Amino acid sequence: MKKMNIHKTRGKHERAPRKAWNLRLYIAGDTSRSIAALTNLQKICDQYVPGQYYVDVVDLSKSPQLAAGDQIVAVPTLVRRLPPPLKRIIGDLSNSEQVLVGLDLRPGKVSI
Amino acid sequence: MPRARQVKPTLRNGIAKCPTGIFGLDQITDGGLPKGRPTLICGTAGCGKTILGMEFLVRGANEFDEPGVFMAFEETSQELTQNVASMGFDLPALVAQKKLVMDYVRIERSEIEETGEYDLEGLFIRLDSAIRAVGAKRVVLDTIESLFSGFSNTNILRAELRRLFGWLKAKGVSAVITAETGDGTITRNGIEEYVADCVILLDHRVEEQSSIRRLRVLKYRGTMHGTNEYPFLIGKTGFSVLPLSSLKLEHNAPVERVSTGVPRLDTMLGGKGFYRGTSILLSGVAGTGKSSLAAHFVQAACRRGERALYMASEQSTNEVIRNMRSIGIDLEPWVKRGLLRFYAARPGTYGLEKHLVTIHDLTAEFNPKVVVIDPITNFGSVGTYSEVKSMVTRLIDMFKSREITAMFTSLTSGDSSAPELSEVGVSSQMDAWLLLRNLESNGERNRGLYVLKSRGMAHSNQIREFLLTDHGVQLRDVYVGPSGLLTGSARDAQEAKERADASERKQQALRKEFELRQKRAQLEAEIATMRAKFALLEQGALRDSRDMESREKQVALDRVEMGRIRNADAVSTHRNGHA
Repeated sequence: MKKMNIHKTRGKHERAPRKAWNLRLYIAGDTSRSIAALTNLQKICDQYVPGQYYVDVVDLSKSPQLAAGDQIVAVPTLVRRLPPPLKRIIGDLSNSEQVLVGLDLRPGKVSI
Repeated sequence: MPRARQVKPTLRNGIAKCPTGIFGLDQITDGGLPKGRPTLICGTAGCGKTILGMEFLVRGANEFDEPGVFMAFEETSQELTQNVASMGFDLPALVAQKKLVMDYVRIERSEIEETGEYDLEGLFIRLDSAIRAVGAKRVVLDTIESLFSGFSNTNILRAELRRLFGWLKAKGVSAVITAETGDGTITRNGIEEYVADCVILLDHRVEEQSSIRRLRVLKYRGTMHGTNEYPFLIGKTGFSVLPLSSLKLEHNAPVERVSTGVPRLDTMLGGKGFYRGTSILLSGVAGTGKSSLAAHFVQAACRRGERALYMASEQSTNEVIRNMRSIGIDLEPWVKRGLLRFYAARPGTYGLEKHLVTIHDLTAEFNPKVVVIDPITNFGSVGTYSEVKSMVTRLIDMFKSREITAMFTSLTSGDSSAPELSEVGVSSQMDAWLLLRNLESNGERNRGLYVLKSRGMAHSNQIREFLLTDHGVQLRDVYVGPSGLLTGSARDAQEAKERADASERKQQALRKEFELRQKRAQLEAEIATMRAKFALLEQGALRDSRDMESREKQVALDRVEMGRIRNADAVSTHRNGHA
């Protein structure tokens, strides 16, 4: 969680660094599920798109107003903001196969 | 003071109610939806679930000062705003006043990949922040079942829904949850399991080519409620459920009387006419004068300065006015003075419910004292028998609650052998029933009228003949001849004969009197003659007796003289016989 490219968002207007992979992870409080999701995400990203990603973590229990913007219903939800199209993955990301499918993140297909 | 606070105004039968403000719904639920608990509203597509939910919020915000949250899963806020604007709901204004929050939750299955455990905390958070934003007391989730199409893990979903409803209860908000009716089940995904306090079913079906919307309270824990299917309508002012007949019979019973407009008919009805606020059935076959009597009734009301509403389902306004003018009833001035209003519409134009609502709206707006529905039987063409019956019940109930005297005309079928049986459905609900009949005899048809029933007053039991003259309906004198009631020309003939007989009898009496006088004169003359004769006889007899006396005296004298002459002893005159 203290890694460079994972940030906790507190305001909406924080500027995200220009990276090919711009992800946002919505969680609700520091539950075990939230932590699992974050850990799983970091693992996958470090494996497939090292250095090319930026993850913005939004804790809805602290900033609930942000839930409506990305149409968040389930928690945790991972939103792929970049590259387009917008993708949504829910769950604790424990099934890495499906995360890869959901993010369109398969080796060889990665391009900038 | 703490004691006074314990009783909330909406606390009835142990359950606090949250009034919907929707016409009729509060009546059948005895005060509204359960306060602080979720209510499930289910029905097929297009039956009005969303509108019911939205109206619950809008009325809550406007009338009961209870802000609301509308969480939509199917329509965007913009679509919703447009859809309900036609009913006069100004959602943007409510949003600006912080009385309403609309949150559109979009769930797109194709965009969602499920990768492991999750929950719906996001939904809770959104709902919670919306409730906090306006201090909402009412929440609508429309249609929460959309979640089932968005997420594949139904185990999680069910657990989360159960948690959601528990959470809503804990929040103390009165929630409305809409759901689609499933095939043979109340809801498609069985969420009625979780929302068990109050379940309302909406139904939209087509019967005999007319669409009918129905509402039914399937279940309502801890309170009495109407269990029937009630028609409802989505009209210009929103949702209206039409129980119209309240659950209780608690009408006032005014003792004031209103004239029928025909003085002699008033006489038949205990001398004063109908009671105010009662319902009158005027039945008869075609052409028996139902509309004419109704026009009299309306005219009498207008003359008293009361407003009258005339609903014609067979004739247009102008036709009614023209036709009534021919019997000397001019209704036009009353229309111009605003005392009389017509509502002419073919029953087939709308469904039965629409008519009910129109009548109801007109009544509420115009506030008449007298209503005529001419004829009620025409509504049979747009509803089944039992529907018309229930409509009449609802109408009567509404009119009674407003103390409106209502007259319903009813066209009966040609079979007049048992007219009393032809109106079994509605007649028992009527307070007075005038039956108009054709009396056929001697090759002509005449109109007859009688009071079949009139609750609470002495009334005439006679069949009266009446005429439609150029100055209105005229009841004729009762004429019961030797062979029953006589009408028309037979009656005229009988009356003429009777007049002739009467004059004949008078002549005879005069003749007799004359004869008697003559006889008396004759007898008196005879008596005088006899008296004269008797007087003569009496005189004669007196004379004779005087003669006899003088003769006897003479004889005595003669005897004394003779003795003296014969120098005889003095002889007593008594012995002279023996000399």
